[in-house]
Amino acid sequence: MEDGSKELKLTDDEQELLNELLDDSAKLSETGESRRQFLRNVSAASAAILATQMLAEQKITAYTPTENVSGASYAIENGVKVVMKVNGAEKSLNVDSRMTLLDALRERLELTGSKKGCDHGQCGACTVIIEGRRVLSCLTLAATCEGKEVTTIEGLAKGDALHPMQAAFVKHDGFQCGYCTPGQICSAVALLSEAKNGEASYVTADVRAKARAIQLSDDEIRERMSGNICRCGAYPNIVDAIKEVHTGKDVAQTWQFAGDNNAAIFEKAAKNEEGA
Amino acid sequence: MRPFKYTKASNPVNAVQTVAANKNSRFLAGGTNILDLMKEDVERPDELVDVTRLNLTQIKTVSDGVNKGGVSIGGLGKNTDAANHPLIRQNFPLLTQAILAGASQQIRNMATNGGNLNQRTRCSYFYDVAMPCNKREPGTGCGALEGINRMHAVFGWSNDCVAVHPSDMCVALVALDAVVKVQGTDGAERSIPFIDYHRLPGNTPQKDNNLNQGELITAIEIPKNNFSDKSYYLKVRDRASYAFALISVAAALEMDGNKIKQARVAMGGVAHKPWRATEAEKFLTGKEATEANFKQAAEMEMKQAKPLEYNKFKVELGKRAIARALMQAMNGGTV
Repeated sequence: MEDGSKELKLTDDEQELLNELLDDSAKLSETGESRRQFLRNVSAASAAILATQMLAEQKITAYTPTENVSGASYAIENGVKVVMKVNGAEKSLNVDSRMTLLDALRERLELTGSKKGCDHGQCGACTVIIEGRRVLSCLTLAATCEGKEVTTIEGLAKGDALHPMQAAFVKHDGFQCGYCTPGQICSAVALLSEAKNGEASYVTADVRAKARAIQLSDDEIRERMSGNICRCGAYPNIVDAIKEVHTGKDVAQTWQFAGDNNAAIFEKAAKNEEGA
Repeated sequence: MRPFKYTKASNPVNAVQTVAANKNSRFLAGGTNILDLMKEDVERPDELVDVTRLNLTQIKTVSDGVNKGGVSIGGLGKNTDAANHPLIRQNFPLLTQAILAGASQQIRNMATNGGNLNQRTRCSYFYDVAMPCNKREPGTGCGALEGINRMHAVFGWSNDCVAVHPSDMCVALVALDAVVKVQGTDGAERSIPFIDYHRLPGNTPQKDNNLNQGELITAIEIPKNNFSDKSYYLKVRDRASYAFALISVAAALEMDGNKIKQARVAMGGVAHKPWRATEAEKFLTGKEATEANFKQAAEMEMKQAKPLEYNKFKVELGKRAIARALMQAMNGGTV
């Protein structure tokens, strides 16, 4: 989306097929196609379909909303004018007083990274960072965001360079379907600074201790991430990803394939159960 | 959500006047509860007065009045800030633990201290507009009384309402004898002792607390005490985190040698208001801090419980939670 003018890029194979297709179309009047020629045409046609799709995608991704976004095409009741900074860029909107920040981001600013999961503050998929703090955009009215600085998942990477937390989620497979991921990552990014500031959690051993940068245990990470639900259950990998960025040290996978030894243990357990 | 007019309050007096003048208007602070209820069509205000930018967020030592030497937390400060302020962490770790036991980091970052007091019950019959509920619509009956009442009250309920107050923070505040400072509709400030702030349902369950329409919580004062090295907030819930309490217990002890000089015990998830366990407190005063005495105190408190069909487990759970919270408090309140 950052560069609408970039050329459509085809792989070498795709380019070759396209060239052949162009060659072949010049020879369309010829009759008596060989089997080889037929197959080649089919492949070329597939490549053409692929190319069409890519052209369409290019067209879509090249589209950047440049019109004055304050002019919505639907009725606004009790309109409120709001100017806020979203991922570093100033945005001016005229919103219905009922519009949540989440809807403003997704429907008006075309930032669809933040997800609408439950829309009731129970799942965390809509988590964004306002003024350095993670909040739920589904329970924040856009009207209240005047002058606020909002960071969404789209604002974390620097160009093509992923934010370390994004990279760690990829490395550790911290997701399956990916729907909760933008919220998980925004939440985790804010968590890092909370730990740095020495903020306590319900599982902090002694809250009376003076606040200082904390090294978070797995239990601490789990407690502090409990506002982000992952229905696929990628939790262990999410904890690993966060731990890696938090500690700055590689985190090894903690699971392993069952070996002979484990198999023997399971067999024994099964036998005991039968006997019981 | 139904349409509503949105206005920003410029100062507390003006905010109070605006909301007092329109009984269908509400304050908007953190929004974590009211917006949810508006989406569910449970709350239907025609006007929201945004008070989030009012300068009522400070946390400071009380310099005069009956609570001199205690700490005042601003009504519009965020829960996260209250939980983490050094004055609270060092003097009232019970409050820090209670706040951090509630909701999620995201919600605590949004929710205000005053809003925490004024949040409404999470009773599923209250939330479902297709169900009868005297709290939501007086006169329609109580769906939970003979319905699925596993999460509901065992103390102080009436035939009109068996809902519980959902807050954790308030359980610590009632144990700490806090005082709620309110900007009144007549322009004067008034103080409400925490124990009198929330109400039992009686035959007016639509009223959660004793605030009048338009009154605004400016601050919550916590008097100085000697509980900071022996207090603990225990929360028992269906999952390890981010769930409302089945039962929670705020426990605090002040010792005189090996005898208990003063005990504070309060419970969440058991009544329409944060429940002060006065029977347990009375029993413990002057006794030795032993597990046997803690169990006895718990027994005495829970003897008054009147469970409903699906929450009978709360009686035994309550006994064990009180005893365990007191033991944890006695051991220094660390996790």
